[in-house]
Amino acid sequence: MHPAPSVIVFTTLSGLGFGLLVFLGIGQPAVTGWGAFWFFLIAYALAVGGLAASTFHLGHPERALLAFTQWRTSWLSREGWAAVAALVVMGVYAFAAVFFGTRIMVLGWIGAGLSLATVGTTAMIYTQLKSVPRWNQVLTPLHLVSLSLAGGALMAGQITETAVLMILALMLQLGHWQVGDKRFAEAGHTIASATGLGRPGRIRAFEPPHTGSNYLLKEMVHVVGRKHSLKLRAIALGLGYVVPITLILLPGAGHLLGGLAVLSHVAGILASRWLFFAEAEHVVGLYYGARG
Amino acid sequence: MTALPKTTDRKLGLVIDLDTCVGCHACVISCKGWNTENYGAPLSDQDPYGADPVGTFLNRVHSYEITPESGPAQLVHFPKSCLHCEDAPCVTVCPTGASYKRQDDGIVLVNETSCIGCGLCAWACPYGAREMDAVAGVMKKCTLCVDRIYNKNLPEQDRQPACVRTCPSNARHFGDLGDPDSDVSRLVAERGGMDLMPEQGTRPVNKYLPPRPKQDTAPAGEVDILAPFLEPVADSPQGFLGWLDRALEKL
Ligand code: SF4
Ligand code: SF4
Ligand code: SF4
Repeated sequence: MHPAPSVIVFTTLSGLGFGLLVFLGIGQPAVTGWGAFWFFLIAYALAVGGLAASTFHLGHPERALLAFTQWRTSWLSREGWAAVAALVVMGVYAFAAVFFGTRIMVLGWIGAGLSLATVGTTAMIYTQLKSVPRWNQVLTPLHLVSLSLAGGALMAGQITETAVLMILALMLQLGHWQVGDKRFAEAGHTIASATGLGRPGRIRAFEPPHTGSNYLLKEMVHVVGRKHSLKLRAIALGLGYVVPITLILLPGAGHLLGGLAVLSHVAGILASRWLFFAEAEHVVGLYYGARG
Repeated sequence: MTALPKTTDRKLGLVIDLDTCVGCHACVISCKGWNTENYGAPLSDQDPYGADPVGTFLNRVHSYEITPESGPAQLVHFPKSCLHCEDAPCVTVCPTGASYKRQDDGIVLVNETSCIGCGLCAWACPYGAREMDAVAGVMKKCTLCVDRIYNKNLPEQDRQPACVRTCPSNARHFGDLGDPDSDVSRLVAERGGMDLMPEQGTRPVNKYLPPRPKQDTAPAGEVDILAPFLEPVADSPQGFLGWLDRALEKL
């Protein structure tokens, strides 16, 4: 799939933002007053900023409200509901914490649940697509949710939680790559099944239907070199997981190292997210002779 | 509403004959023409006469080469438009309800006034049957020429999809695939019509008829009586050319 910058930035930032909201909701850290103000400002900037970025690629953003209508069937619509509900509930919770110095526990927990649900629904938008076998696996939502929680814990400054969640997220990331690399072949999609011309012999794409490019090729057919992808995986692992874990576990790690850990994590996750899209092969590529 | 109907009263769709398609792209052009001049946002082109032309099409013709284990190689032209799937994944992912499948005839359509142009339905379609129009910012797809097939203003013989009506080799057929006695259903039964990518579980309504194996090109024992007259006049160059040939060889 085409790794569109707006979508990569959106999913990375909003994942972090909602992850942070989860921890603020459950009171880790149990901040009120100015402390709460800064924490919520960062969380909302990330979550809302990410949502705003996601509307950049819409053909008709002015009709975006219609996207709330199909929650019965569409994960994208459910994501919209979950995001708005999470932001509203956490907004009330944040207001009370910042201006009245009280944490309304129930609201916090509900808000945390809704924030988690938002990340889950975002993940399901990708997971549901049978047309992209790499995404169509159980580890996709686990990978994205664990990453959001680990990033949230890191931003919330929760050392133990970060360490545990980061290692879990790291393992799920590795698993997602491992399983993902085999998904296309496992699902049994080939040029023969795509065209139905398999029986009589060897089949090869002879000529594409057009001399130039088209929407499908630009949007869905993207090839990453194997060497390129290995390098980026190493960068994603190092910056996204290993460096942050090491930094926060250093004895006496203060705000500076914490800040560095966050920056490194975001850079690594951007690389991971770029790969998430760029390496995801859409079956339509078969019609154009992708995958031999 | 993006919930799919459990069943549809009829299953209107196309049967595409890969044996007779000659790859002339006439259906591509007639489809583009009809759907630009009639219902919905026109199918735009960007830089049509320039160095990097791109445009929106609802129907495209691929070409594949088959090399059988024995016998001559075959070139197969492969027209592809929306298959109006019974389990259409493009419909259920749509957040706005713009994409829907009709209960009465099974046609999958996009309501262009509520489409936000998120592109998710094009991702969900395994066949590449949906394209976002770069100018209109809405999703375009084959309508099965819904504005022709029921159009009382057109003469009876024109109440067919534009691509079907245009095809000079009759490679595209239109009808109700839900009725086992319809012409198209009988064609599918006789010729072993098949689904594309059945493992995706989309249950396409459109069917493809496989190409027949090629006949032997030179039947054994048959002598072409004109062959002697077509033999080359001289096997090796003579005269000046012959001298030149020999001289050059010596160099
Ligand atoms: S071919 Fe693609 S666009 Fe058409 S109904 Fe099937 S999934 Fe939807
Ligand atoms: S592009 Fe339009 S029709 Fe397709 S899923 Fe989005 S809103 Fe629905
Ligand atoms: S049925 Fe109409 S819209 Fe569909 S491919 Fe044929 S001409 Fe195009």
